[in-house]
Amino acid sequence: MSAFLTYLLNGLAVGCAIALIASGLVAIHRVTGVVNFAQGTFAVVAGLCTSSLLGLGMPHGVSEAAAVLLAGLAGLLTGLAAIGRPGTTPLSSLIVTLGVGVLAYAVEIVLWGDQPRSAPGLAGSVTIAGARIQTQHLLVIAVTAATFALLALFFGRTYLGKALTACASNPYAARVVGIDPRRMGLLAFALGGLLGGLAGVLITPLRPISFDTDVTLIVNAFAAAVFGALTRPVVALGGALLLGVAETMAAGYGYGSHQLEVALGLMLVVMIVQASRRSAIHEEAV
Amino acid sequence: MIDVADLVVEYGTATALDRVTLAVDKGEMVALLGPNGAGKSTLANTLAGLLAPASGTVRIGGRLALVPEGRQLFPDMSVADNLALGGWRSGQRDPAPVYELLPRLADLAGRRAGVLSGGEQQMVAVGRALMSRPQVLVVDELSLGLAPNITADLAAHLTRLNREQGVAVLLIEQNARLAFELCSRAYVLESGQVQAEGPCAELAGDPRVASAYLGGAIT
Repeated sequence: MSAFLTYLLNGLAVGCAIALIASGLVAIHRVTGVVNFAQGTFAVVAGLCTSSLLGLGMPHGVSEAAAVLLAGLAGLLTGLAAIGRPGTTPLSSLIVTLGVGVLAYAVEIVLWGDQPRSAPGLAGSVTIAGARIQTQHLLVIAVTAATFALLALFFGRTYLGKALTACASNPYAARVVGIDPRRMGLLAFALGGLLGGLAGVLITPLRPISFDTDVTLIVNAFAAAVFGALTRPVVALGGALLLGVAETMAAGYGYGSHQLEVALGLMLVVMIVQASRRSAIHEEAV
Repeated sequence: MIDVADLVVEYGTATALDRVTLAVDKGEMVALLGPNGAGKSTLANTLAGLLAPASGTVRIGGRLALVPEGRQLFPDMSVADNLALGGWRSGQRDPAPVYELLPRLADLAGRRAGVLSGGEQQMVAVGRALMSRPQVLVVDELSLGLAPNITADLAAHLTRLNREQGVAVLLIEQNARLAFELCSRAYVLESGQVQAEGPCAELAGDPRVASAYLGGAIT
């Protein structure tokens, strides 16, 4: 039972990191209609940057904050490349984000080499109901919860957040009232960069990061985001938590080498069920 | 307030507006009539700066706000949020002056815009446009899909806005009776070209306009 609880809590932490990346995907897709395949790159950039800054002797907190801001800048630059030119279709922008991801490999290898890097996080562990859980895992869960609460406040309560939502809800009407969807799109890309960066600095102490870790991250985050139809961040959060727990359970009970396949298989089943339920509702409505 | 000369707007190779010349003076209420596909909404979007002219000039002498065709609200947001976003361009977020003109909106402030009736949604769309404190208002299809009594109520608000606050109005309508009732002058747009223009009384007497837009001569 305590092993199960340990896997569950660790799984939730993994799911939280996926959720942060997925929420970046959702934020960008809602405002711009673009699926940003460079989203995993932001986490990698932030993770590698944290390990370097801490290695240079900079204190905790400052290193992580600088790495997250750098990821935000990477997000903004990706946005400029993807949607900077007026009239770019979402599909062309998607291809550009793939290109940015590949270009980032080259930059990352030049700056950090091709070997995985890690960074120290919160040391120690705590025991909850007989289950030992690393303090860093608890930190990931706490930071994700706080981030989602802040995002809800930002999108629901602030004028700027509402303008971003307006672009997602009705882009034409947003332009009618004078909101520039391109600038809002760039803002969404920068936000996506920050969220990806946050995930990166949180997971680097848990698992070493290398230039190509973005593939695993984006596959997981994309599965979670699709769960919420790329538009609903809270459903994406649920999907990410499910995915994280499923993967950790699979690894914990001895299917470690197949954890991604197990999790994605599970997602596929959920999505098929979801799709059939939706079409049934649709048929009833018609 | 609006001064358009020889305006040409193209969609790729198709010409949507072909050398259109049109003017709306300060404090005036002018109608633009025409069938579906005539280019009315293209003109509205060009005036609002959402489409770029291929040639010709568009001069707007003051702040212009557009009430777009089909209301185009933010359906999942409250009426208050819809109004607040209407003030994005001007930085005006206080809805009090809009509530004064359209008191019904104050009662609806907390409701989700998407669940309102057509007439209420059109009122929100007008209110949202007024949030930017415009000197000229372009209203695209005010009456579309609304019952006559609701249209009359909205039209009364527009007339009040025009008379009391001097806001110039370009009313784009398929409902010529309504347009002639409210406006002093009108333009008739067909296939992207201005086919007729003049005082409403004169146009209503023009047999061609009467048969096309009024279902026969006015008796």
